[in-house]
Amino acid sequence: MRTIFYLIRKEFIQIFRNKFISKAIFAVPIVQMLILVPAVTFELKNVKIAIIDKDMTPESRGLINKLEGSTFFKVSFSTFSDNEANNLLHRNKYSMILRIPSGFGKDIGTGKQGKLLATIDAVNASSAQLTWAYLNGVIRDFNIDIIKKNITTNPLVPLPRIQITNRYWYNEMLNYKYYMLPGILVILVTAIGFLLAGLNMVREKEIGTIEQINVTPVRKYHFIIAKMVPFLLIGLIDLALGLVIGKLAFNIPFEGSILLMFLGSSVFLIAVLGLALFISTFSGTQQQYMFVAFFCMIIFILMSGIFTPYESMPMWAQDFNLINPVAYLMRINRMVMLKGSTISDISRELYSLAVIAICFSALAVRRYRKTA
Amino acid sequence: MKRFLGFVKKEFLHIFRDYRTLFILFGIPAAQILIFGYAVSTDIKNAGVAFLDLSHDEVTQKLTDKIISSGFFKKTETLLNYSDIDKVFKKGKTKAVIIFEDDFGKKLVSEGKATLSIIADGSEPNTATLVTNYTTAIVNDFASEFAGPTLNNSIRISPEVKMLYNPNLKSHFMFVPGVITLILILICALMTSVTITREKEFGTMEVLLVSPLRPIQIILGKVMPYFILSFINVLLILVLSWFVFGLPVKGSLMLLLAECMLYILMSLTLGILISTVSKNMQQAIFISLIGLMLPTILLSGFIFPIENMPKIYDYVSSVLPPRYFIVIIKNIMIKGTGLMYIWKETIILIIMTLVFIGLSVRKFKIRLE
Repeated sequence: MRTIFYLIRKEFIQIFRNKFISKAIFAVPIVQMLILVPAVTFELKNVKIAIIDKDMTPESRGLINKLEGSTFFKVSFSTFSDNEANNLLHRNKYSMILRIPSGFGKDIGTGKQGKLLATIDAVNASSAQLTWAYLNGVIRDFNIDIIKKNITTNPLVPLPRIQITNRYWYNEMLNYKYYMLPGILVILVTAIGFLLAGLNMVREKEIGTIEQINVTPVRKYHFIIAKMVPFLLIGLIDLALGLVIGKLAFNIPFEGSILLMFLGSSVFLIAVLGLALFISTFSGTQQQYMFVAFFCMIIFILMSGIFTPYESMPMWAQDFNLINPVAYLMRINRMVMLKGSTISDISRELYSLAVIAICFSALAVRRYRKTA
Repeated sequence: MKRFLGFVKKEFLHIFRDYRTLFILFGIPAAQILIFGYAVSTDIKNAGVAFLDLSHDEVTQKLTDKIISSGFFKKTETLLNYSDIDKVFKKGKTKAVIIFEDDFGKKLVSEGKATLSIIADGSEPNTATLVTNYTTAIVNDFASEFAGPTLNNSIRISPEVKMLYNPNLKSHFMFVPGVITLILILICALMTSVTITREKEFGTMEVLLVSPLRPIQIILGKVMPYFILSFINVLLILVLSWFVFGLPVKGSLMLLLAECMLYILMSLTLGILISTVSKNMQQAIFISLIGLMLPTILLSGFIFPIENMPKIYDYVSSVLPPRYFIVIIKNIMIKGTGLMYIWKETIILIIMTLVFIGLSVRKFKIRLE
């Protein structure tokens, strides 16, 4: 026990001797959280659209008014020239052109189907779908308005309607900060722990100081534990800082137990640090380690469902996420922070993380060779 | 010139000696393009929904079936009362609960009006909005089918849509350019910043400094080999995205390659700038990886459109080179537009490159500390 304690002290001295790193591990997460958390939103509003109204009847103008009245669309341009409209769409001036062909008003008036043509910039497929869905919504409303007008003249026709009410729980206003903060926090904690712990180990190899440890009677697991503990603590401090920022700067609610979140994060950090040290046993140089770590991190992060819906991934990707610690912590953090999930709700995630943590740490201890 | 070539040769030897790094260097982009092309999308598929059916009649049964058979949703649970909703959300698998009021079918037929509620889990706002929108569309569809000919015969407007550039609405179109942008800047900046700080840390920098090579020659010599390797990487990625995703380069290939060269050069010089301010490799890696990764993913328009961000981020992100490159690469690859549409972005990247070179040559220390 004393050995481990001394080794841990040595690690701390080594880490904090580097002035840049010792400041950066706390400053960088704070700055990035403050800048990045409020930035991101998937919410679409004021989508700029162009209108080619070749009809110029009260009906077409009614539809345009309806579009302008919605908070989703903003009519930013209107023209009669297809070429001009297409050209500006190419230049990203707006993301949709709505063409109202001549005869639209007449067709509606005479009971025929009125035609409309929307051209949507679909490079971003999900925004395009959403834009199309909203356009359909506005047109449906417009349709109902017309039908209602007709019905007053013909009150015998009943109109069955399903009224839809909807609510969002846990985040009434769909505030994206609530969603981003736990996510960005996980990424920063992962990046710092994963990168620094491994680099630290490989650096000892590269400059040869690991030899000095290897010739002492220090046990293998002593050494691995001593390499883990400082980064575990740094990770938890970063987590705490992140939560304080969330509370003070963004006023993000904390429904669940803070202890539970720290428990989850500790198990997660052990898993990640175990993996980092395991990879470091394969790497001869810091450069090699860095590339492997970068590779793993990007895959872990982007596949974890931080920014994209988890269930939409194909089965093999979801299976891969069984060994992806980031995916588990992602879910734990959001569930505990925003929904107040209790330990029984997240027990499956916790167990899985614990298994991963034990496996990776055991592998790291096994692979580490004291012989040259 | 001969000296310079000798130096470049030395750099190549350094790189090729370390075959593991070389392997990873080409493996990373390939693997990531494949994984992201296949695994990550922003669409909704199989989102879990639970039903709380207080009516249990034929109409609600039909509507439930219609919702589930749409392919967007997967039924997770059937709830019995309101207090179950919170429980089922806390388990995390369910993204929305759909509630049919008492006597839903009867009311719909006799009163012509029935109420359905959607409660979505707002802790994932994007999924919540999409799930709500899709369900609403399905229910409306059902309602107009239910109304039958009375409604269908009345006046309708039939909008048609043309999804420009991406008719099948594939999310590769968004991710492949994004991944290219992300990977190139990170790998290039990492490589150059590490190789120079490595020389510093191991003391071999002194050997270079006492040699007759001038600082600009050292910098260029460091950049040259990585420039060639990264360019091969670009070709690899383009070939992959073409063969695997059928994502062709619609515009001019020459223009695209030229722009990629510019972006690589910019990233490499950024790496050199980082190395001149870093004392050791850990610091260089920390700045290039942790400093660049998240801002590039989040602020460059890779996943999240910049137009949707608060106004101030328009300015914040304007210092990030990936932001411009994403516009360039999307224009050339997907929209097939020419230089006319992207000259502004190109000039900005050129200026950034020149500034980085200027700063690094000035900051490059020819004395040991």
